[in-house]
Amino acid sequence: MTEKKTVGMYDVFSRSGKQTRATHYCAGCGHGIIHKLITEAMVELGIQDRTVIVNPIGCAVFGYYYWDCGNVGAAHGRAPAIGTAINRTRRDAVVISYQGDGDLGAIGFNNTFQAAGRGEHMAVFFVNNAIYGMTGGQMAPTTLVGMKTTTSPFGRDPLTAGYPLHVCEVLNQLKAPVYIERVSVADTKRIMQAKRAVRKALEIQRDGKGYAFVEFISPCPTNLGVDSLKAAAFCADEMEKEYPLGCVRDESATAEPRPPVPVTPTVKAFFEASEQHQAPMAEIDEKAGELRLKFTGFGGQGILSLGVCVAEAARLEKRFATWFPSYGPEQRGGSAACSVVISGKPIGSPSVDHPDVLVCMNQPSYERFVRDVRPGGTVIVDATVPLAEKAPDGVRVVPMPAIDLSIKMGVPKAANTMMLAALMKLGVTGLKNEHLLSALDASFKKKPALVEKNRLLLDEAQAWMEKNLPL
Amino acid sequence: MTKFVKGNEAVVIGALYAGCDVYFGYPITPASEIAHGAAKWFPSVGREFLQAECETASIYMVYGAAAAGRLAMTATSGPGMSLMQEGISYMAAANLPGVIVNVMRAGPGLGNVYPEQGDYNQAVKCGGHGNYSCVVLAPASVQEMCDLTIRAFELSFKYFTPAIVLADGLQGQMMETLVLPEHEMPKPDTTPWAVQATQETRKNLITSIYLDAPAQEAHNLRLQAKYAKMSADARHETYLCEDAELVLVAYGICSRIARTAAETLRSGGVKAGVFRPVTLSPFPGAALSETLKGRKALVVELSAGQFHDDVLLHLVKEGGRYQPVDLCNRMGGMVMTVDDVVAAARKTMKK
Ligand SMILES: Cc1ncc(C[n+]2csc(CCOP(=O)(O)OP(=O)(O)O)c2C)c(N)n1
Repeated sequence: MTEKKTVGMYDVFSRSGKQTRATHYCAGCGHGIIHKLITEAMVELGIQDRTVIVNPIGCAVFGYYYWDCGNVGAAHGRAPAIGTAINRTRRDAVVISYQGDGDLGAIGFNNTFQAAGRGEHMAVFFVNNAIYGMTGGQMAPTTLVGMKTTTSPFGRDPLTAGYPLHVCEVLNQLKAPVYIERVSVADTKRIMQAKRAVRKALEIQRDGKGYAFVEFISPCPTNLGVDSLKAAAFCADEMEKEYPLGCVRDESATAEPRPPVPVTPTVKAFFEASEQHQAPMAEIDEKAGELRLKFTGFGGQGILSLGVCVAEAARLEKRFATWFPSYGPEQRGGSAACSVVISGKPIGSPSVDHPDVLVCMNQPSYERFVRDVRPGGTVIVDATVPLAEKAPDGVRVVPMPAIDLSIKMGVPKAANTMMLAALMKLGVTGLKNEHLLSALDASFKKKPALVEKNRLLLDEAQAWMEKNLPL
Repeated sequence: MTKFVKGNEAVVIGALYAGCDVYFGYPITPASEIAHGAAKWFPSVGREFLQAECETASIYMVYGAAAAGRLAMTATSGPGMSLMQEGISYMAAANLPGVIVNVMRAGPGLGNVYPEQGDYNQAVKCGGHGNYSCVVLAPASVQEMCDLTIRAFELSFKYFTPAIVLADGLQGQMMETLVLPEHEMPKPDTTPWAVQATQETRKNLITSIYLDAPAQEAHNLRLQAKYAKMSADARHETYLCEDAELVLVAYGICSRIARTAAETLRSGGVKAGVFRPVTLSPFPGAALSETLKGRKALVVELSAGQFHDDVLLHLVKEGGRYQPVDLCNRMGGMVMTVDDVVAAARKTMKK
């Protein structure tokens, strides 16, 4: 008699140069049966080339020495994350995540749960043998109450170790899974049902319909410390009491295949379309020197965008510019600040310790920063701030009623525009007003109605300054 | 074409021009704008974006996409980077390319969200288990946040090991002009090794297990031989070093502060320059030792001396002799001022 040619599985197990037809599994172990069921379904459905199996860490770690399809080895518990990425980047792939109960139910449970919740396109084959096989018979989340293992030597005690985890039932709380079933490989009749379940899970993948989950009650004679027959009987008698077999959900008939990927522009086309106006490239100009500005106030006063506006104006003038904000809790907790450096050459430090120009919209910032201003520098401070703290000698302090004026004009959020008016009128940025205006207009790119309004506010502020300040 | 963007946004733009197929990530300050940008821009140009359930998932998603022959990346900061260490070790072991951006914040523990460089050893000496090396690149501008992200993909695919872009909160948050790349990078052919779910690649296998010690040792030796070749891609930058009597040694944002400090020192009569490693792994040790020869040196870093230790180590390795190198550092999210560096440099000059 000629031997039957194996399809879907390799002829021999070839790890470490041994060419054996025996598997690496113990006699009576369920893994081998489940491997065979997966192989048969894969071959019958004609999806061998498209199939990628993510192999777990556990007794099935060497699945790839058996399955003749694409194989990826996972870290312990991470097969669903890896499977997620494979299917998301290879949409034609039939992805299988094959996992034990320690792998899936303990270390990797959140990855399993989240992948199921997202409805990832993969078939998850979950081998529940109630124990950690590979590492020497430790307690698993699925270990039965009272069951002795190497880490529950007196039997699993619910008081300290809790109760067995019912993964099918937990996943059934989620909306996305298409198919969830618990089967067993304890005897031939049960194996026939398991075969149907495997096939259905893979059909769902073949048709691109979504997430499928099959749990196998599977014997582990070695770690139960019994022979094959007793281990199988344990599965059928004890485990099924805790883990009833059957289909928990099957929406495969109605599930829709996912929509095709939309057509999109190239990266270059996309970014070119997103940028209407173009700042010229910066040019080195040694004579231009360097100007350091600090903008400070409460979060929400538009301090950060005022800084960006000045930096953008500098760019229009072919200057180098950096902008650096306060961020994180500092930004939310009250005060906001940003540093802007404008230079005729590439900029070193972007943070401003000694500003040439300090804009302050609130008292705490004024008190904190005014002493740092360089001699010859300028402080523009909102007129509501008491000037108890003295500025260093040679620093000019200009009170500006930015907040009051903006309220008077009916746009209390535009106090920052009033400060820009002051910067322009005082000429302290060294930038041309036309560039500051263009930058201001551009900052309202998404709200064009505000462009006109802010121009009016600028005029009002400058008129006020002409009347009230010794310029 | 130019754009005025945050460093974090520049990373995303760089990734897209590098041909990155997919972004996986979990939010964390000060790296979150990378996820925000990726969520917006990746799908707009037909790439995949997925918010992972945690950083452990992020890194294994990068592993999975790389195994499938795709260009994948993630970005995070301190605590997330710590969670990724196991996965980075797995990727290195399985010869998988992929890019991880660490926008460093202050630690240890939760620390805070302000800039630090305390993850130097974790990245450069490899915080995961086993003998492996990553490519580690240290940008020092918004432009480089983009350009070195592209370079990270190139080197990662050249050496088949993960590449880390080691940035910091300041660079992630700051805005500067970015000159966008001229064109997209050509895609590498991954058919010979990746599991692409096709007949042609059916026999390909991605794994990191060699249960037998001799096989695992042989694997280790192959990896080490590969890492030894990386030194060809060591890069550095010098500023005002030609006639310098004092060299400030700094990477990342500290090199920018050092630049301004060197200018300030020169205006005060001290001839100072800056040596800046662009690649931290491979480390430009030969160039460092050459530049420091006969000069005083001061390391400027935002960590406890991790980088300083490495500078000493490389000097000894290159020259075989110990040279004193001073240290000016801050931690905890505090950034040294230019004045701090200038004062430290003057002290070094007096020695
Ligand atoms: C992060 C990590 N922790 C622990 C281990 C050790 N380990 C390997 S397999 C395993 C348990 C396997 O049990 P299970 O998932 O039930 O599969 P089985 O071996 O029973 O098929 C453990 C704890 C590991 N490889 N990685």
